[in-house]
Amino acid sequence: MKYKDYYDVMGVSRDASQDEIKKAYRKLARKYHPDVSESDDAGERFKELGEAYAVLKDPEKREAYDQLGSDWQAGQEFRPPPGWQESAGFGGAAGGQREHYSDFFEDLFGGGFSSQGRAGGFRGNFQADGQDQQARILIDIGDSYHGATRSLQLQVPEIGDDGRVYNRQRTLNVKIPRGIKAGQQIRLKGQGGPGLGDGRSGDLYLEVGFRPDDHFRVEGRDVYLTLPVTPWEAGLGGKVNVPVPSGDIDLSIPANSGQGRKLRVRGKGLPGREAGDLFVILDVICPPADSEAARRIYGEMRDELGFDPRSGMRRS
Amino acid sequence: MTEHENSMIEGQVIDDSTEITIVQLCRRCAVETELVERLVAEGIIEPSRQEGDMLYFPQSCTRRTRIVLRLRSDLGVNMAGAALALELLDRIDRLQSRLSVVASPVRGRNRR
Repeated sequence: MKYKDYYDVMGVSRDASQDEIKKAYRKLARKYHPDVSESDDAGERFKELGEAYAVLKDPEKREAYDQLGSDWQAGQEFRPPPGWQESAGFGGAAGGQREHYSDFFEDLFGGGFSSQGRAGGFRGNFQADGQDQQARILIDIGDSYHGATRSLQLQVPEIGDDGRVYNRQRTLNVKIPRGIKAGQQIRLKGQGGPGLGDGRSGDLYLEVGFRPDDHFRVEGRDVYLTLPVTPWEAGLGGKVNVPVPSGDIDLSIPANSGQGRKLRVRGKGLPGREAGDLFVILDVICPPADSEAARRIYGEMRDELGFDPRSGMRRS
Repeated sequence: MTEHENSMIEGQVIDDSTEITIVQLCRRCAVETELVERLVAEGIIEPSRQEGDMLYFPQSCTRRTRIVLRLRSDLGVNMAGAALALELLDRIDRLQSRLSVVASPVRGRNRR
């Protein structure tokens, strides 16, 4: 078991006042709240923060934690001192619903369910339905075009034989149906929290989101692609090959297409009963003027086209 | 609890064309009906229709309800504050998806 430096997690000194700790918590909680934060590890950070705050905001827990001394390094191998639970008095912590913290926390401050409570609690006819659970799953855009199978790792809190709560890693292989789009949910019946006694298991709801893609963007069922083209392809028109997750397509570019022109390819967006459209946005790239030939052609264009892209800009 | 290490699970796709009853909403978010009624009163979620005493909601309301619950318990904001945060989050979502469509030529080129 690894030692956790709760003061370090909260960014406060060991002699911080309760007010300072509360303030630090509020500030960091806003920063790392998974619903608000943009950072990828927000969930992890927020959980860590919650655990640190649960200890430091409670004067009794904080004092007990401080007794361990300040010589520990975060991540260092740690065992509670002998007789810890009895002397600190956190052994039979009350049951009920609460966050499952790290093993470090659980060993110091007791599990969610005390063994005594458990022995007296569940009789033969006790039953309760399991909770519905929610998770988020990120898929590639191509997964929606073709359908896919995704393997999902879930941390499931479970009550062990000793009556304490453990996290168990669980792997689910989930079918991603073709044509799924962001914001939709996949309901997995009976895969949520386990029921007690004869109670039925809850359901697991997977909220689908798309992983950011270098080339494609999705809005609803419509897919957007910015396609680099040469000035002569845009000017003279012609067919260009476009790689799309559903397979390559030959796109006809009309003559005299300008920068940013949007071309619609019907039905080549995300598949479905009403398939979305593919929008190709032309991005005209000028060739580098790094050769005699290129400089000559640019010069001819200057002399013969009389083109002024700034003619609409007036000095006021 | 059964293991599902290797079996493949097929789920049911639900979106806003799927409606859920207030009872299902309460169950999915583990809340009492009073709280759902407060969310409706605050304009955070809106029932899609009513049949007798039964309220029906678009399923996306579960997401909004959960976020409000989390913001309240984790950040200590009240219902109105959570409603405001939710609205701003929605706006960020919309702007970001527009940004990603408009600005996908990442080279920062001029656009017409």
